[in-house]
Amino acid sequence: MSQPINPLRKYIREGKLPHFFCPGCGCGQILNAFLQACDELSVDPSRMVIIGGVGCTARIPVYLKGDVLHGVHGRTLAWATGIKLHKPQTKVVIFAGDGDVASIGGNHLIHAARRNLDVLVVVANNFNYAMTGGQVAPMTPSQVRTMTTPFGNPEPSFDICELVVTAGATYVAREATGRPVQLERTLKKALTHEGFALVEVLSQCPTNYGRYALRSGDPAVTLKWIMDRCITKAQADKLSKEEKAGKFVLGEFVDFKRPIFCGSSVYDLESCECCE
Amino acid sequence: MAVYIDKNLCKGCGLCIHFCPKNVFDITDEINKKGFNVAAPTRQKDCIQCKLCERSCPDLAIVVE
Repeated sequence: MSQPINPLRKYIREGKLPHFFCPGCGCGQILNAFLQACDELSVDPSRMVIIGGVGCTARIPVYLKGDVLHGVHGRTLAWATGIKLHKPQTKVVIFAGDGDVASIGGNHLIHAARRNLDVLVVVANNFNYAMTGGQVAPMTPSQVRTMTTPFGNPEPSFDICELVVTAGATYVAREATGRPVQLERTLKKALTHEGFALVEVLSQCPTNYGRYALRSGDPAVTLKWIMDRCITKAQADKLSKEEKAGKFVLGEFVDFKRPIFCGSSVYDLESCECCE
Repeated sequence: MAVYIDKNLCKGCGLCIHFCPKNVFDITDEINKKGFNVAAPTRQKDCIQCKLCERSCPDLAIVVE
């Protein structure tokens, strides 16, 4: 009798595993959690359009069966806008890294959130540009050593959740790969949400971030470094602004509904002729 | 009930050891065809089937049945 295999592998293209992620990369955990969420909701990833830009995280869609796009740095939301305007009923999921969506695609991000485009953006925040060798990124925490900032990052970091909340996103949450059950629950909620949903996942990069910032290539060390700095939203509400500095707040920030974008003049799906 | 690891997919990252609350896993001396030392559930009788290893494995290599 052959050995049983993980049931989630039915969603993976045959012959594509083992994937290209480094040992212990958080992107693999995000892939696992996403497939688990899809499996529990009984939605088939092959019925969605899944988009990745450029970077380590953007390789996640490559392993999935179905329609996937992979290739233009930061322009994932521009593609998603086109797909949603042509076929509004198609579920579009974007996997992007922090360098992809927060720096190069930053402009697309705020405007997609402002328009309330009906997509799910999963941002894997690994605190650096991992694929090119660990350079400093907009979301690298302050005073952290990276390949290009050997004396510590002098710049303050970026809070992408606060940015999209301000821009008008309707579902925003932050989770970490160190909490797989909560991550899966958040992804399940975000998948069923109608409107612009963004889930930031704090993810470990042992190869580049771990080795430069923490002087260890062990994934568990990077994971522990992230989890030591995480507090839940309920805990954060009791703390002052000074006490919260340098901490990552996990949890849901907003969850509400407003009209979704369906072309610049059409905001109501029922009155839209192409959607019948 | 048992824990199975696909030896060809395992990269020996040790996240299953980090997540397992009952310390079921160990990195063994066995090397797979990609050149990684694979993990193995050496203390299966301690397993409580919480499935944290299956959910947290980045390589989809573990299955708990």
